[in-house]
Amino acid sequence: MFETLDNFWSVYSNLVLTLGTNTLLALSIYLTLSCGMLAMANAAFMGIGAYAASLLTLNTGAPFGVALLAGMALPALVALLIGKPTLRLSGVYLAMATLAFGEVVRIFVLNTETLTGGALGLNGIPQSTQWWHVLLSVVVSCYVLARMRRARVGRAFEAIKEDETAANLMGVDANSYKLLAFVLGAAMAGLAGALNAHLTFFIGPNEYGFDRGVEILTMTILGGINNLVGPVLGAFLITLLPELLRGLKDYRLAANGLILVLIVLFLPRGIWDPARMRKFFSRRAG
Amino acid sequence: MLELRSVSRNFDGLQVLQDVNLSVPKGSIFGLIGPNGAGKTTVFNLITGLLPPSSGSIHFKDQPLAGVVPFRITERGIARTFQNIRIFKEMTLLDNVVLGCHRHLGYSSGAMLLSLPGYRAAEKKARARAHELLTWVRLDHKADLIADNLSYGEQRKLEIARALATEPELLLLDEPVAGMNDSEKTELMREIRHIHSRGYTVLMIEHDMRFVMGLCEQIAVLNFGRIIAQGAPDEIRQNPEVIEAYLGRDDDETTETTA
Repeated sequence: MFETLDNFWSVYSNLVLTLGTNTLLALSIYLTLSCGMLAMANAAFMGIGAYAASLLTLNTGAPFGVALLAGMALPALVALLIGKPTLRLSGVYLAMATLAFGEVVRIFVLNTETLTGGALGLNGIPQSTQWWHVLLSVVVSCYVLARMRRARVGRAFEAIKEDETAANLMGVDANSYKLLAFVLGAAMAGLAGALNAHLTFFIGPNEYGFDRGVEILTMTILGGINNLVGPVLGAFLITLLPELLRGLKDYRLAANGLILVLIVLFLPRGIWDPARMRKFFSRRAG
Repeated sequence: MLELRSVSRNFDGLQVLQDVNLSVPKGSIFGLIGPNGAGKTTVFNLITGLLPPSSGSIHFKDQPLAGVVPFRITERGIARTFQNIRIFKEMTLLDNVVLGCHRHLGYSSGAMLLSLPGYRAAEKKARARAHELLTWVRLDHKADLIADNLSYGEQRKLEIARALATEPELLLLDEPVAGMNDSEKTELMREIRHIHSRGYTVLMIEHDMRFVMGLCEQIAVLNFGRIIAQGAPDEIRQNPEVIEAYLGRDDDETTETTA
């Protein structure tokens, strides 16, 4: 029994832990989406977190806990700085500005070779991430977000998403709340990046580019942004689907894409949509 | 309580408000009427800080409101409803009103995360207050419904409850009975009287003459961006300029001459 478990773990530990870090990423963009902002900087924040933590462990031999904290603090700080001017934008314009920011980060890493290794990336990062680090991070993040949803912060986020002007006139400081969502999301993405870097041994600038940003967004949109279950479900699906379709060999990616297209076509509000499910079951009962 | 001192506003050369002076005394129900496009909603947008006046100043409780951002103006005690209803449609009625209590929920993030007694007590109090306000507009029995399911008239009443939740001293109502049927209007009239008797000052924009005349103690008439008359309902009703603004010039002469 234990032997099979051991075998399973040695084969799949990477996949299971990636489930965790992807869940963190999906939740990080859920935060800004729940505030009505389409911010696409999460991949860049993940990268900043990954580099900050890895450089600390590689150069100073700092304890893993400190590295993780730095991996959250630096992206949060950067988010605070760029959030003020960019969050005035909305819709597509915000998406463009944050995408551009991501590109700036990538080029910055490419050109600071002495510090970040440039295009060659960072090699030999100690594999300090244990399964319980990931589990704890996911559980704590879910707990914090679940508590926020039910409190005045969560209501403020939703009100801003629905009608920012009306929210302001009800005494909600919309700009500060949007900045809060942006900064918290950056910290979560940074944590995911730091954990992921200490799992994969190697990081390079191209891991945190446009593709990754779109993947993060896809997870959350696919799962649904009406509550916390959606992003988690979306992260699991996007992470597991390519593995489950391994049997299809060359057609794997095509099938993967087809499934995603079908989900978006038939479940536009995400897989986890409580309102739709209630309707479905009440129709059956009636 | 609220004072507009020679306020003007233009949009790219178009003069929407010209030299508007208005004084809403504490404890009154004040009506602002005028034909479509006279600039009434602009007055509300200026008061609530959504737009800055081009010239002139607005004072609330003797404090100037120039440069104060909208959410701070709400904190000072002005709340409003909107002509084109802006409730939070995907939220429940209760959450809509509890959101209005936002600034009165003073708990720390720590208390919120750990669900400490202080946090739970504050949330409970806000929910109780929200239920009470929903009772004022007779929507309490629908508290847990999603706001989008309400009828037009009910949505307007929900907006009033939500505005009251910010605990304002001055309540601005932008066409509260637009789209309501007669019985709904009569009911709302009664409810606004109740609200007023609880000590709120009310400033409303309204087209429905019977409603305004029946409710307001003071009425100002706005036409083409100017205040053309101000006074008690009876004076307004007999003011020739007001009749002209609403009904047009006595048409008999003109039709005779063209004929």
